[in-house]
Amino acid sequence: MLKLTDLSVRFRTRRGPVDAVRSVSLELGRGETLGVVGESGSGKSVTSYALMRILDRGGEIVAGDAVYGGVDLRRASERAMADIRGREISMIFQNPRAALNPIRTVGRQIEDVLRRHSRATAQTARRKAIKAMEAVRIQDAAARYHAYPFELSGGMCQRIVIAIALACDPKLLIADEPTTGLDITTQKAVMDLIAELIRERDMSAILITHDLGLAAQYCDRIAVMKDGEVVETGASADVFGAPAHAYTRKLVSATPRDGAQLRGLLPAEARKPPPARAALGAPILEVQELTKTFPGKAGPVHAVKGVSFDVRDGETVGLVGESGCGKSTTSAMIVRLLDPTSGRIVFKGEDLARRPAARFARDPLRAQIQMVFQDATDSLNPRHTSRQSIEEPLRRLSPLGARARSARIEELADLVGLPQPLLDRFPHQLSGGQKARVGIARAIALEPRFLILDEPTAALDVSIQAIVLNLLADLRAKLGMSYLFVSHDLHVVRLLCDRVVVMRAGEIVEQGAVEEVMRAPSDPYTQSLLDAAPRPPVALAAE
Amino acid sequence: MTEAMHEPPRSRSTLDHALYVLRDNPVTLIAFAMFALLLFMALFGPLVAPYDPLASNTDVALKPPSAAHWFGTDNLGRDVFSRVLVAARLDLMISIAAVALSFIVGSVLGAAAGYWGGWIDTVLGRLLDTIMAFPLFVLAMGIVAALGNSVENIIYATAIINTPFYARLVRAEVNIRRNAGFAQAAKLAGNSDLRVLAFHIFPNALPPMMVQVSLNLGWSILNAAGLSFIGLGVRPPTAEWGVMVAEGANFIVSGEWWVALFPGLALMFAVFTFNLLGDGLRDIVDPRQRT
Repeated sequence: MLKLTDLSVRFRTRRGPVDAVRSVSLELGRGETLGVVGESGSGKSVTSYALMRILDRGGEIVAGDAVYGGVDLRRASERAMADIRGREISMIFQNPRAALNPIRTVGRQIEDVLRRHSRATAQTARRKAIKAMEAVRIQDAAARYHAYPFELSGGMCQRIVIAIALACDPKLLIADEPTTGLDITTQKAVMDLIAELIRERDMSAILITHDLGLAAQYCDRIAVMKDGEVVETGASADVFGAPAHAYTRKLVSATPRDGAQLRGLLPAEARKPPPARAALGAPILEVQELTKTFPGKAGPVHAVKGVSFDVRDGETVGLVGESGCGKSTTSAMIVRLLDPTSGRIVFKGEDLARRPAARFARDPLRAQIQMVFQDATDSLNPRHTSRQSIEEPLRRLSPLGARARSARIEELADLVGLPQPLLDRFPHQLSGGQKARVGIARAIALEPRFLILDEPTAALDVSIQAIVLNLLADLRAKLGMSYLFVSHDLHVVRLLCDRVVVMRAGEIVEQGAVEEVMRAPSDPYTQSLLDAAPRPPVALAAE
Repeated sequence: MTEAMHEPPRSRSTLDHALYVLRDNPVTLIAFAMFALLLFMALFGPLVAPYDPLASNTDVALKPPSAAHWFGTDNLGRDVFSRVLVAARLDLMISIAAVALSFIVGSVLGAAAGYWGGWIDTVLGRLLDTIMAFPLFVLAMGIVAALGNSVENIIYATAIINTPFYARLVRAEVNIRRNAGFAQAAKLAGNSDLRVLAFHIFPNALPPMMVQVSLNLGWSILNAAGLSFIGLGVRPPTAEWGVMVAEGANFIVSGEWWVALFPGLALMFAVFTFNLLGDGLRDIVDPRQRT
């Protein structure tokens, strides 16, 4: 049905041409779902843009063919392509909110597509749009027809995007990271829906994702891409059960999953014996009945409703929950960026909640509690080099002079594995993994006793995530820090944490030793989180 | 991770970067060359002017451009070329002082409003709206007329009408970065709110500010010249482009076009230079352009 032969895409940039896709050959049969898997920059999205002919400026197909149902997509006129897009081949994009027009009601946006491809007239459009919304299991579709995108949740927006994509009964659906940024339970609901619709309508689909588990669960065949080339294709079970290519093996082993150990995520040659850890000490942090209420337009919003837990010296506690559960608000209060409404934050016997966040910057305990932020890009000042970013806490909170600081920065760079020449680069000149290292180096510069890790690997590729998680484990052993690891991913939490606290809607629903909670969760919510996680590929023979 | 280690270490100083921007963009290069010419006129104009700009010589009144008087002479026999040259200093001084003043005041007000929000933001927002509700040139006329005809008062008036643009720009730029990760990280590093604002957030607003500064320099020159043209501000016989255009306008009908044309061209040249300069200035202060 779709056949790509030696497709190559090249981008012209300021620093010369870049080959984003290099002679990629793929085939897709009717009714088949193909997973295209690879890390960022592997060319998986560009391949799909190329066959839809929606490449960014400066990009062009320089070689190869793309044939869809007898139509040569590379040479078809722009007019013919406009008919093919939406009616024959449809696409679902990564960020549903960005894909929808913010100032048009969602019902209208479905109508637009129907009318564009002459699937409806002015009289029938509304009825058909509501039907399309019902097809993607939107409750009360007639009322939601009038909703604007900002009035709907992320999962609901993605359903609308799917409804738009499927409105004209395309034969081929391309889903480009359709669930990135959605909660894990929403991800499962959206993916199940897509799979069901594909089956119902006998469509073919291409699922582009960085998540091996997701691809394994929902695709018939998998193509693994690296640096613009397809390194391996085959049936899902084969690719993951017995990966032929070294890169696939590396990806499979780097994916957190049941039974995996932290060191097992790394490629075999990089595995060192796990560091020895000191025995856990007395509680270093006790959070007691912590609450936070924000004033809202429709009455007060109770973000955190009486949360209590403690972290012992040298211990790592995972704080898990979906977006909006209050885990970020809780961590912001503990790190003293936000004042709690009530409750106590006892750190080393002193109640920090009574010291206002606005004046905590000059508190003697400031250096002891630090944080690694979720988005490494956002958390580095774009005008500061790595050296300046790491130096900032040293300059403000340590007695070191300029020369001692410089030596300390170089020591920290070695500690986190950041090559020294990169110290003089700006954030935009660094890769995601390198930025994460700068953020970690800055957080540990003052040798804090307690470190909050706010989803430090959420924006990273799995192989980089494996390296960063291992780095954090090494640093914990070397420096004797305690961690509070905030995450939505129980599989990642399990690798690093001793205990886990599960939050939902501002309350703790369950806490306990991590293995116990994972094996036999006592709360149905924890169970649903565990169930929603895609089944990562089965363990490798290589281990 | 590893690919980075193979590359040679790259660290560029600001000067290297400025040269790179100039090389990369010929328009910026031209703009800077024109700016250099303006600066030369402002600094050395009185030294290189062939005649005394104020000395009248009725023997040669209203003579067209010639080898002796490149831009001709005015009704009092003063050399138009010398007067245009000498006027650059006064005009540039007025516009740079006015822009500097509005930059500083606007930045402080806008940064405070953007960072703390609340009543500061509300009060300031309405105040700026009030200023912008007036036709700005008429407001400037009113201020100069009320405070009195002097160069300082022209500067104050120009600064007041420009301040809202800076305040709004800085407010918006600071507001979107108020809760950025790097601002929070700066607080964790022991910076007080004021330091976070001044040393971490505000510098990130500089690139768009530079475009505004450069455009404003042009507007300010026009504004000062406009005020002088209608008789407010700089008074004859001082050499100033606006005054000279005003004086020369009387003679256009009788065919003596050069008296008004050359100061007018100088004015246009200055405004054009500053308009061209903006993009280049932004690229130089933005580290993200250093690839």
